[in-house]
Amino acid sequence: MSGSLVTLSGVGVRLGGHTVLRAIDLDVAAGEVIGLFGRNGAGKTTLLRVLASLIRPTTGRAEVLGVDVAGPEAVDVRGRIGYIGHTPGLYPELTLAENLEFAADVGGYDRSAATAALAAVGLAAAGVRRSSASSFGMQRRTEFARELMRAPTLLLLDEPHSSLDRDAVDLVEALVARTVADGGAAVLVSHDRDRVTAAADRTTELEAGTLA
Amino acid sequence: MKPSIPSQARAIARRDLVRERRRGEVLWITIPFGAIALLLIPLAVGTDTLLLERIGSGLYWVIVMLFGVLVAVRQAAAETTAQRDTLALLGLDPAAGFAGRAGSAAVLLLVFEIITGVVAVVLYDLPLTGIAWLLAILPLVAAGLGMLGAIASGIVAWGRGGTALVPFLVAPLSVPLLLAATSAFEGLRLGESILSWIVLMVVVVLVLAIVGTLTARPLQEIR
Repeated sequence: MSGSLVTLSGVGVRLGGHTVLRAIDLDVAAGEVIGLFGRNGAGKTTLLRVLASLIRPTTGRAEVLGVDVAGPEAVDVRGRIGYIGHTPGLYPELTLAENLEFAADVGGYDRSAATAALAAVGLAAAGVRRSSASSFGMQRRTEFARELMRAPTLLLLDEPHSSLDRDAVDLVEALVARTVADGGAAVLVSHDRDRVTAAADRTTELEAGTLA
Repeated sequence: MKPSIPSQARAIARRDLVRERRRGEVLWITIPFGAIALLLIPLAVGTDTLLLERIGSGLYWVIVMLFGVLVAVRQAAAETTAQRDTLALLGLDPAAGFAGRAGSAAVLLLVFEIITGVVAVVLYDLPLTGIAWLLAILPLVAAGLGMLGAIASGIVAWGRGGTALVPFLVAPLSVPLLLAATSAFEGLRLGESILSWIVLMVVVVLVLAIVGTLTARPLQEIR
């Protein structure tokens, strides 16, 4: 492991008048997989969104992939951050394949890479289904396909194992392994302690907005 | 390699139009309601054809503005937080997002204008003098309202009560377009020059394009 991909120093976040995160210090090195646990409402998702540069810290400093997420240059590193949240960011009116092709068009990837990624997650035939007519698991697989195509340096997964069958869980593990093998890092938020502890280099617990 | 702003904008516009084609909200809900609104007015004021001819163009533009704002606001609210997050992480340039959303809304509004325009011509016996000018007026109004809708989209994404602000922002800002379009139609009916009204519409569209482009990034980044 070498080089820090994430450095949080005293990060606090207030949302809607409530303090969600308090004085968070966290380092994530290249090649590292971090497991993050915590009760509902502990601030896990908010912390992931800070790491994804989607929320600015109210206090402290969050440096991700070498840039301050509160600064204008955060836009430039977002293409290297992969984030799969609770809710799929797919368009229900589009098919699974169209969703992935759209991501390829916006992100500047070849459409053939989108097709290959969809096949890699076992959705080559089911890609013609509209997202609204697909199960949550299939939507999740499509999001994994998107991150396979993008090959991000920092992979952030929120409850990656929920509602997935055994094959899809293997896909998550393969995606994490590939990210790390390519010199990146991954942060996994989960309630599935056993599975994440087995995959992670270290784990940490978030309690009421503070890292234990 | 990051794609150019025009190619990202095309992808956004294509996505919006495919979504609309499959939802059919504008085609099967908004346009029929607009046509019904145009139909109800003669029932209220009677069959005084001279009166209907005189007020017809103004009524048409009021309907276009009201339903246009509706289309623009509806388009603005069509993206979820998860979808916006995904777009940001895909490296969507905010200016491309603005251009794409404005473009798709303009296409939908142009379709709305054309179909309800035919209804207005039939119902109000509107003269078709200076029809070539319509090739400038209709797209300009559609483009202006589309840009307002795209700016509204950014305000909705901003949160903090932004959704409630949208109608208060979009409706007044559409007034110069309404004024120019109505006056241009009236000028055509009376055989007067409408160049100054066309210039006003072009200026409004340009101002909205500049404001939309400049505010796209701050509205995306304020979270």
